[in-house]
Amino acid sequence: MCLAIPSKITKIENNMAVIDVDGVKREASLLLIEDAQVGDYVIVHAGFAISKIDEQGALETLALLREAAALMDGREGDGGPSGV
Amino acid sequence: MSIKHIEEYRDSTLARQLSEKIRRLSRRKIRLMEVCGTHTVSIFRSGIRSLLPETISLLSGPGCPVCVTDQAEIDAFIELARQKDVIVTTFGDLMRVPGSASSLQRERAEGRDIRMVYSTMDAVGLAQQNPGRHVVFLGVGFETTAPTIAAAILTAAGLKLENFSVISAHKVVPPALEALMTVDGARIDGFILPGHVSVIIGLKAYRPFFERHRMPCVVAGFEPGDILQAVAMLVEQFETGRPRLENAYPRAVAQEGNLKAQQVLTQVFQIGDACWRGIGRIPDSGLQIRASYAAYDAGRRFALHLPEPKTPRGCACGEILTGQKTPPECALYKKVCTPIDPVGPCMVSSEGTCAAYYRYHYDELEAQS
Ligand code: SF4
Repeated sequence: MCLAIPSKITKIENNMAVIDVDGVKREASLLLIEDAQVGDYVIVHAGFAISKIDEQGALETLALLREAAALMDGREGDGGPSGV
Repeated sequence: MSIKHIEEYRDSTLARQLSEKIRRLSRRKIRLMEVCGTHTVSIFRSGIRSLLPETISLLSGPGCPVCVTDQAEIDAFIELARQKDVIVTTFGDLMRVPGSASSLQRERAEGRDIRMVYSTMDAVGLAQQNPGRHVVFLGVGFETTAPTIAAAILTAAGLKLENFSVISAHKVVPPALEALMTVDGARIDGFILPGHVSVIIGLKAYRPFFERHRMPCVVAGFEPGDILQAVAMLVEQFETGRPRLENAYPRAVAQEGNLKAQQVLTQVFQIGDACWRGIGRIPDSGLQIRASYAAYDAGRRFALHLPEPKTPRGCACGEILTGQKTPPECALYKKVCTPIDPVGPCMVSSEGTCAAYYRYHYDELEAQS
């Protein structure tokens, strides 16, 4: 059910976006997110954009993954930047 | 730049390094449940199980929307398709699920008008194009799908459409986690929480559950790197005896979730009890259409009279969805029940655990190792 690949918004008209997923164009409704702009990356579920992908968050996850993979022992005990 | 670094999350070197880290961390046997059906598929497709040490068991939970749909709900869907001048619209996976006496696929072969749609908005469009007929959308799914259905109802209301309605069999995830804690034989040590349900409801929605049970919980994305990272975090919590509620998917999931989607959802739906296949009635685990949108509630518009549902005999979907059994432990698996001739929904849905075991020959791999 869930499509995990972020899609890029290439056009917006009347709350509908044209999105590009790996070169394939589809439509997605923007009724469920705020302030979407052309150029944003979104996650699309059943024809609706449900989240903008946060560049900062993407880099944080990667940093976390690399840190987890590289530093086997010396990891700080705070669960990483996203821990709550 | 790649699509938001997607290749990097799929990087096999990274996956190997993460799996090595997990091997080093993991000492005691641990049973982790991935609640979401999309995780189940991703885990099988990417071969993650083979990267994990023997100490770690992955169980598939009740997060395949079609699999947890109660037999009575499937029967109601079929009955709706038999109503005069009705067009039934649905996402694909429901078509082949056996009801007590028929399936949507069989009904369609017998001439009922049942159509697969990509989005609920397509169903609204069909209603506009067919003013003389009534379009019903079969609403199954969790907090990810429910706002899209709510948005369709609001759109239909805005257009003053009188020939569109939804039957809501929607369910919400946190009460199901609660219910799983009471299932004997599930023995869960940690949860891999669903990525896109969490996009909508936010990390905060799990906080009460976490506080009550102090159970390791990590929200995960869907790439192999995401899932392995979540497993590593869970194992670390488990081994150090410090359970936490953590987010391994911060590029999409925020503490508060998607507030706009939550607002659309609560405008149309209210919380009510729901019946889950194999688990039974769970209080406050379903979404019902509010009285103010009764005109769009197919359950209210059509007075359906249904006989007692008959669940398929011998099907262990219920035990599989709650982590008590694996598919090869079902007597019908592969012998009577196959993807071509499925007995239960777990073999029908592309996200079903039985279908995943079958497709990826997991039982054979398990036997060889
Ligand atoms: S193998 Fe078939 S009959 Fe057995 S639990 Fe799975 S779906 Fe049900």
